[in-house]
Amino acid sequence: MELVMALAIGILFTIGVYLILTKSLLRIVLGTSLLTHGVHLLLLTMAGLKNGAAPVLGKEGNYVDPLPQALILTSIVISFGVTAFFFVLAYRSYQTLGTDEIDSIKEVKE
Amino acid sequence: MNNLLVLPILIPLCTAVILIFFKEKLQLQRGISTVSGMLTILITLLLVSRAHNEGILTLQMGGWAPPYGIVFAGDMFALLLVAAASIVSFAILLYSFSSIGEKRERYYYYTFFHFLQVGVYGSFLTGDIFNLFVFFEVMLISSYALISLGGTRLQLRETSKYLLINIVSSTLFVAAVAYLYAAVGTLNMAHLSQRIAEAGQGGVLNVIAVLFLIVFSLKAGLLLFFWLPGSYSAPPSAIRALFGALLTKVGLYAIIRTFTLMFVNDSGLTHNLIAWMAAVTMILGSLGAVAYKDIPRIFNYNIIISVGFVALGVAAGTEDSLNGAVFYLLHDILAKGLLFILGGLIISAAGTDRLGGMGGMIKKYPLIGWMFFILALALVGIPPLSGFAGKLLIIRGALDAGMLTLSLIGLGSSFMVLYSLIKVFRLAFWGSEPEKEQPAVSLKGASAVAAGLLLLIIAMGIGADTLNAYVSQASDVLSSPAQYIQAIMKE
Repeated sequence: MELVMALAIGILFTIGVYLILTKSLLRIVLGTSLLTHGVHLLLLTMAGLKNGAAPVLGKEGNYVDPLPQALILTSIVISFGVTAFFFVLAYRSYQTLGTDEIDSIKEVKE
Repeated sequence: MNNLLVLPILIPLCTAVILIFFKEKLQLQRGISTVSGMLTILITLLLVSRAHNEGILTLQMGGWAPPYGIVFAGDMFALLLVAAASIVSFAILLYSFSSIGEKRERYYYYTFFHFLQVGVYGSFLTGDIFNLFVFFEVMLISSYALISLGGTRLQLRETSKYLLINIVSSTLFVAAVAYLYAAVGTLNMAHLSQRIAEAGQGGVLNVIAVLFLIVFSLKAGLLLFFWLPGSYSAPPSAIRALFGALLTKVGLYAIIRTFTLMFVNDSGLTHNLIAWMAAVTMILGSLGAVAYKDIPRIFNYNIIISVGFVALGVAAGTEDSLNGAVFYLLHDILAKGLLFILGGLIISAAGTDRLGGMGGMIKKYPLIGWMFFILALALVGIPPLSGFAGKLLIIRGALDAGMLTLSLIGLGSSFMVLYSLIKVFRLAFWGSEPEKEQPAVSLKGASAVAAGLLLLIIAMGIGADTLNAYVSQASDVLSSPAQYIQAIMKE
């Protein structure tokens, strides 16, 4: 299972980085979103995948570490907010500057 | 346990939420903001005096004992930074009344301002590395909003860049936290310090340390500052002052905290790396400060130079240099805030931010001119003023640690600061007035704010001995992490 997760994380990172390096602002937003998904999976895998009973229920013996879930939840909420902001920003740039190509945005003078 | 510790976060948070409901009532917004700013300063000063008497203050959220719960830790270092930050942000708040413009005020400027405070104070006070990430994000999201508020073409372009850089670095931050959790299985900073020391800082932990260094350097503008000059030039000068005074300092705080508390066992690798990053930062920053001819960029490169200088103090890691780093950081928060406020006054008096279009302002605005001159001397580190003690201690510490080249670079960067600021002074205040009619603006209120900050900086320089009692208490904790660990893990 760890191997599958590692591959999935690697693929998400690769596609995310690729998309960030493209010219269109929309693709960049999608790229950042994939990148954060990759990192959430990384957090889950790093903290140990499911290898015991559900936590907190009070069963005896080996149970799963509940902390990573809480961390991922927090991180997902943050990345949701940031992605929403980025989308709005990209749309506003498109309206004001008339393009979503990052290269032509660069040439815009004040 | 000390419940007061949460107030520096709670006050701005509640203020920000309350202000959302008074969108159209500008006077009321200003009134509430002022009251909340003063209250925060009072509380932080109270906390500083308590920590002076009682040692490190801690607060366990919900009564959960560490390492299980979330801890807030107010050691002297964090509290002094909170105090300086609250003072300078109060000054910037007063300055923005006259400079930010009604349109921005109507679009929740003060709300974002206070949310930014929440993030900054929270980052200083938290004792848990994941919470550090969360407070960083609170701060950054408010800064995205502030930098794009107004929506001019330049702002939109620069916000896209700034946002992208910070998303990538935050992603790396979470990845670093994930690796750290896998390696040592805790997130509480004091506990992390213990565990890393037990494990012996080997290969994997060194990689994680460097990953943290990259993340914090991106936020602080240490070496990886390519985004900073452009992004910090885009918003109006009040917001610029806020960013210049606070945002990079939070990154620096994180570097200092991580590399004096957690990753201290292999300083040959990590601290050498910081040292060389600091050197390159100072050199490149100096080149930038000398090269440009518009006020925002010259000032932004000055931010970069001082980031490099504090990092030099951290890298040297002796008692003196850490003491100096704390001193210089406090001075720099106040002085950079004032620098950008004065810069904003100069820009609005001249009607342009290009030095080429200015001249002869000393006749019309003598007070601003001389304040700027004194501030320039303070930033360079001329003895009776506030920059001196910090610079002296950092250089002495670096020489003790055998870093001759780096100390020389540090001293050289001071001359570049002097040159670049005197260039601004000469071109803006002396010479003949330009042909173009300069706009008649009233700067009385803002000048009073600037004068207040300047008096504080002078007082900080003259009262360096008194302040040193507090600062040395802060650097004590930095140079012997055992105190910090003991205070957090005791109960």
